[in-house]
Amino acid sequence: MKVLVAVKRVVDYNVKVRAKADGSDVDLNNVKMAINPFCEIAVEEAVRLKEAGTATEVVAVSIGDKACQEQIRTALALGADRGIQVETEGAVEPLVVAKLLKGVVEKEEPQLVILGKQSIDGDNNQTGQMLGALAGMPQGTFASEVVIDGDKVNVTREVDGGLQTVALNLPAIVTTDLRLNEPRYASLPNIMKAKKKPLDVFSPADLGVDVTTHLTQVSVEPPAERQAGIKVEDVDQLLDKLKNEAKVI
Amino acid sequence: MQFTDQHNEIRRTVQQFVEKEVNPHVDQWEEEGIFPAHELFKKAGDLGLLGINKPAEYGGLGLDYSYSLVAMEEWGLTGCGSIPMAVGVQTDMATPALARFGSEELKQQFLAPAVAGDMVCSIGVSEPHAGSDVAAIKTTARKRGDDYVINGTKMWITNSTQADFIVLLANTSDDQKHQNKSLIVVPTDTPGFSHSPRLNKLGMRSSDTAQLFFDDVVVPQSYRIGEEGKGFTYQMMQFQEERICGAAMTIKGLEQCINQTVEYTSQREAFGKPLLDNQYIYMRLAEMQMEVEALRAMTYRACEMYVNGEDPTLQASYAKLKCGQLTRTIPSDCLQFWGGQGYMWENPVSRAMRDMRLTSIGGGADEVMLNIIGKTMGITAKR
Repeated sequence: MKVLVAVKRVVDYNVKVRAKADGSDVDLNNVKMAINPFCEIAVEEAVRLKEAGTATEVVAVSIGDKACQEQIRTALALGADRGIQVETEGAVEPLVVAKLLKGVVEKEEPQLVILGKQSIDGDNNQTGQMLGALAGMPQGTFASEVVIDGDKVNVTREVDGGLQTVALNLPAIVTTDLRLNEPRYASLPNIMKAKKKPLDVFSPADLGVDVTTHLTQVSVEPPAERQAGIKVEDVDQLLDKLKNEAKVI
Repeated sequence: MQFTDQHNEIRRTVQQFVEKEVNPHVDQWEEEGIFPAHELFKKAGDLGLLGINKPAEYGGLGLDYSYSLVAMEEWGLTGCGSIPMAVGVQTDMATPALARFGSEELKQQFLAPAVAGDMVCSIGVSEPHAGSDVAAIKTTARKRGDDYVINGTKMWITNSTQADFIVLLANTSDDQKHQNKSLIVVPTDTPGFSHSPRLNKLGMRSSDTAQLFFDDVVVPQSYRIGEEGKGFTYQMMQFQEERICGAAMTIKGLEQCINQTVEYTSQREAFGKPLLDNQYIYMRLAEMQMEVEALRAMTYRACEMYVNGEDPTLQASYAKLKCGQLTRTIPSDCLQFWGGQGYMWENPVSRAMRDMRLTSIGGGADEVMLNIIGKTMGITAKR
């Protein structure tokens, strides 16, 4: 079984991002970039499937300019077998990403596509679902457990109020939640081995995809600074404030 | 210096390792005065972190020193100086000569397990009366049959209460002091070896340091590294790695001091505005950042020369000296900006100030670096 994993280059989760002075975007100058944590979980899950003998090949794909090859190398160091970069310039919106991934899916014909449920920069949580719709594949999102069962995959999902397990016919799409697994550290021998693993580059045209964007980012602002809290005298005053000032009850 | 994707990946692995396996335990280890070296080194060894530039035959990766350098730089993200130092002793202070000049038997027996993290090691050079003046050491290893009989003492030895073997510098003859020394591997379970209780140090609290005693310790002569009488030369070569490594491991620690101070002073208000809004403070912090970048450039340059097969002694001395000076000024000046909070024992900048104070002293004091530089310039006093 072939597994396709999508990985995205994002600002490292430890970085405190700042908006550009003109409010046009997040300032990415001299900012540390890394693999999106949910994507890293996706890679780990795919590599575990391979180690268990369920998967035979793990292919990591990323979309972006040349810099995103660094994140593909990360996936290769973690155990993916080969990489694909779809070379794009500038920001790509979720729908375009989904279309490009559909192109890669058609080329590679994986039995399973694993993606992060969202990336920590845009927090859109759309790509996996859009890919499912475009490719006509069943989807199991927010996975906390993935079990391959013959030509089906059972995906346990983290939903409000508990866990839901869905059985999907393969080929299928899974998006990962935080508790699916704990990614390993790339060992140094594996980092060096990754150097020799193949990495193919395609253009959107190779995949027959139009990358015209439909979204415009109007402005980026930092969240409002949090106001200092107050101390209430007693429960009655608390209830009063919740009811009449905050109007939440 | 040009770094590859592989350098960046190694950085990433060390960062993650430090964040998850080391930093959550640092406060406890500092309190206890020791860290579990065997447990931690095994985890690091499993990832290949202890043998980056060691030959593949002994479990290493056989990479050039630039890969070790980036790993060491990331170890500097540890919330104390002890752990990077302990790792540095294992990888860049106790084992370079063993890897370079040790016999096949010796490397299989000691280098391979050190690379795997199965054995912990120390470098035994300093003595109570001789630190930077290495040639003045008094420990002797006298030949008896096929053995050496070792007598003497070693002082301030890092990792030593947990070490499985010590790479010991001892006088093996009565020749001239630069030609009478040899490096010898001494397993710590050899009869006659003992150590003091852990020494009570100003900083580097979680690193176990002790005085070692050798009382008729018998080891086979085959435990000698390389040629007899070459110990001083080997140690001087080994010092270059130690100095580059020492500089590399403090870079990120210094940057952490600066960043933590920026964070604190941006929140702490005095006289109606954040401390950071005082020009004196932000300009001094900017200056510190520039100085750290200069240190980084010097360290990379020394490393590059070393990788290219040139003699890095002068550049390594520059970097080590710069590092020694910055570790005295930056944490201390940062602490000043923290005020009373900075004076607290558990404050990270206070810990950095105590830990990093060692940099000017260990691995050749600042004054020794100045002497090396002066000698190269031809301006030292002739005796």
